[in-house]
Amino acid sequence: WFTSWGRRIQAVVSTQSTGKDAADKNDPRRLHSFPLIRHSDMAEEMRTEAMELCVTACEKFASSNEAASKMIKENMDKKFGSSWHVVVGEGFGFELTYETKNLLYMFFGGSLAIAVWKCS
Amino acid sequence: MSALEPKILMKPDDQLDLTPEELKEEFTRILTANNPHAPNNIVRYSFKERCYKMTMGVNQLAVHFSMDGNMLHKESDEGRRQLARLGLADSGAATEQNLNDMEIPGEEELEVEGEGEEAEKDAPREVPAVKPPETALRNQFNYSERASQTFNNPYRERGTTTEPPPRTNFSATANQWEIFDAYQEDLERQERQKEKQKSRDKDNEKKSKGSSSEPGTGDEIQRIGIPAKIVERMVNQNTHDEIAQDFKYWEDASDEYKGNEGTLLPLWPFKSEKGKKLSVTAVVFNPEYNDMFAVGHGSYDFLKQGAGLICVYSLKNPSFPEFTYTTESGVMTLDFHPEHPWLMAVGFYDGGVAVYNLREKTNVPSYSSSAKNGKHTDTVWQVYWQDNDLDNNLNFFSISSDGRVTCWSLIKNELHNTDIILIKLNHSSSPDPGAGGLDLACGTCFDFHKFTDYLFLVGTEEGKIHKCSKHYSSQYLETYDAHHMAVYAVRWNNFHPRVFASCSADWTVKIWDHNYIEPMFTFDLGNSVGDVVWSPYSATVFGAVTDDGQVHIFDLSQEKYNPLCQQSVVQKKKTKVNHLVFNKHYPVILVGDDRGNALTLKLSPNLRKCLKDKAYSRENEVEKMEKLLELVREPQEEMTA
Repeated sequence: WFTSWGRRIQAVVSTQSTGKDAADKNDPRRLHSFPLIRHSDMAEEMRTEAMELCVTACEKFASSNEAASKMIKENMDKKFGSSWHVVVGEGFGFELTYETKNLLYMFFGGSLAIAVWKCS
Repeated sequence: MSALEPKILMKPDDQLDLTPEELKEEFTRILTANNPHAPNNIVRYSFKERCYKMTMGVNQLAVHFSMDGNMLHKESDEGRRQLARLGLADSGAATEQNLNDMEIPGEEELEVEGEGEEAEKDAPREVPAVKPPETALRNQFNYSERASQTFNNPYRERGTTTEPPPRTNFSATANQWEIFDAYQEDLERQERQKEKQKSRDKDNEKKSKGSSSEPGTGDEIQRIGIPAKIVERMVNQNTHDEIAQDFKYWEDASDEYKGNEGTLLPLWPFKSEKGKKLSVTAVVFNPEYNDMFAVGHGSYDFLKQGAGLICVYSLKNPSFPEFTYTTESGVMTLDFHPEHPWLMAVGFYDGGVAVYNLREKTNVPSYSSSAKNGKHTDTVWQVYWQDNDLDNNLNFFSISSDGRVTCWSLIKNELHNTDIILIKLNHSSSPDPGAGGLDLACGTCFDFHKFTDYLFLVGTEEGKIHKCSKHYSSQYLETYDAHHMAVYAVRWNNFHPRVFASCSADWTVKIWDHNYIEPMFTFDLGNSVGDVVWSPYSATVFGAVTDDGQVHIFDLSQEKYNPLCQQSVVQKKKTKVNHLVFNKHYPVILVGDDRGNALTLKLSPNLRKCLKDKAYSRENEVEKMEKLLELVREPQEEMTA
């Protein structure tokens, strides 16, 4: 069961600073664009596949979280069985019960967080 | 009329008159069923084919007589209605009537149909009129109903539930700062890994030797090692819980009423199986780990010489030593290196010395002396680590009964020795011509000055104490006629730079100022004194052990003539106490006896009074001692150094 506080923080970062500071702040963000798995207890193969899928979806639907999560969910259902749940967003908290060895929680693009889990 | 009468033909009047030939003529008459009146060629106009067509079959029916009757079939609608109108009471009469009506046609039909119909006619008469007409009518004689039911197996319910796939809970928050932090951490980790890889590559190139004695994570049993050790210590602590509590917290309250006297509270005894038959010949605490100490076992008896044993114990585990080393010859002395607390120098009864590395798991010493590289020819009584020499090699000194004070250096994998001094006998008379070679005294103990590096004292079996310097190998700086019998221990004071103590088999302990040839204090302890040790916390407190199993603690600032504590610490009588050592950190002393036991004792508060003094400091201690000395000093000429 999954309850989520869906607070969509519009992460519009306005850096009104001098050139140096802006460069410093931009660099970490640029560096943070790679996908980073925060917590996962999936098998190795499943994990890589799911991660690739998430990255593809988020890049394709960069503007719409809903479309991205829809794509992820449908693909996961097809590949790994029914009842996957996907949350894509920038600011939320969650507490979920999931089928063991079917959870992936990762960050992407410096500001997106994606939680994918299976529960029937 | 009779047949015989001739027949008279009677002719009617209108009969035709025919000739007899005409009368014999046969005329054929055919009787057909055709209707003579029916036309035999009806032609009709067919609109379809637009012509006249002759109809094929002509109806030959000729109705001679027709009459419409009032009969209704009883089962037709009108019949039923009428029956219903007549009512049930009349139904019997009505049925009779119907039946009678039916009989009429029935009788008519009888002429046509066979007898088989009779039975059928019977059946409807018996059947009441109310019966539904659809029942298949079968007669009883030809038809009979039979039915049977097979045995159906009884049903049984079976159900199982599969185990649902296991579920786990998980919760987290996804914020911008969390994401940022996670990324930063990951970057740092990556950088660290890169650095490690670089350093690892460098290490592989260099290939450093030596201290790679880490056991590694190979065996699983080894992994249990550390937890097992912790559990062992916990069990020990629980078993000896009272002692542990006493060690930490017990302060003898009765000390307040005893004046100056104090007591020693026995704490843990340390015994080992192998060391039972051996006597404790050396006890020393580890300079870095306050709870670790080493006990050396050997034998003082000249005739009973056997193997030796070194046990390293921890106060946290009184039931079993942390390390044990068996040696071929009895151990006489031990010393830990002050800066490398895993190095232990050992002196043996057979004159050899060795250095053990506690980090290595082997029983073999890292370095040992042999006949080739100059081991002593007689018992080594004491070893002492010194500061690293000019080449930064570790080195230690040893003194032995063969009259040599030797410095051993650990150079690479070997021990190199250098004789520092040869203890010569000072004969007043000229040496005998027969006695060739050097006359060497037997050194039994030595001690290096705490502050002046080169200065050290040597005690001999003859009872003399020599003050020597590392720089002069042939001459003594000073000689004191200290005792009448062998000097067993010489110790510089830990605080005061000029004071030292000595003890001897002649039952005395003497306190000296090294500038004076006469002792400052002399104490007679009633039995051969095995060891005397200054306390690490006070310049005026020292302890001594005697052969009658007693420990004496003196505090010169409290009592100048008597011990504050004189206590027998051994279980059985006739046990000699050989050695004594103070713990620098805790108010605990360790004594070793000649049954192989090491006993810890806690000093009662009276013995440590100076610690409670608010003005306690090094300088204070030195001052106290100085005052004492002044009191005692007889007006004497100070000797020229």
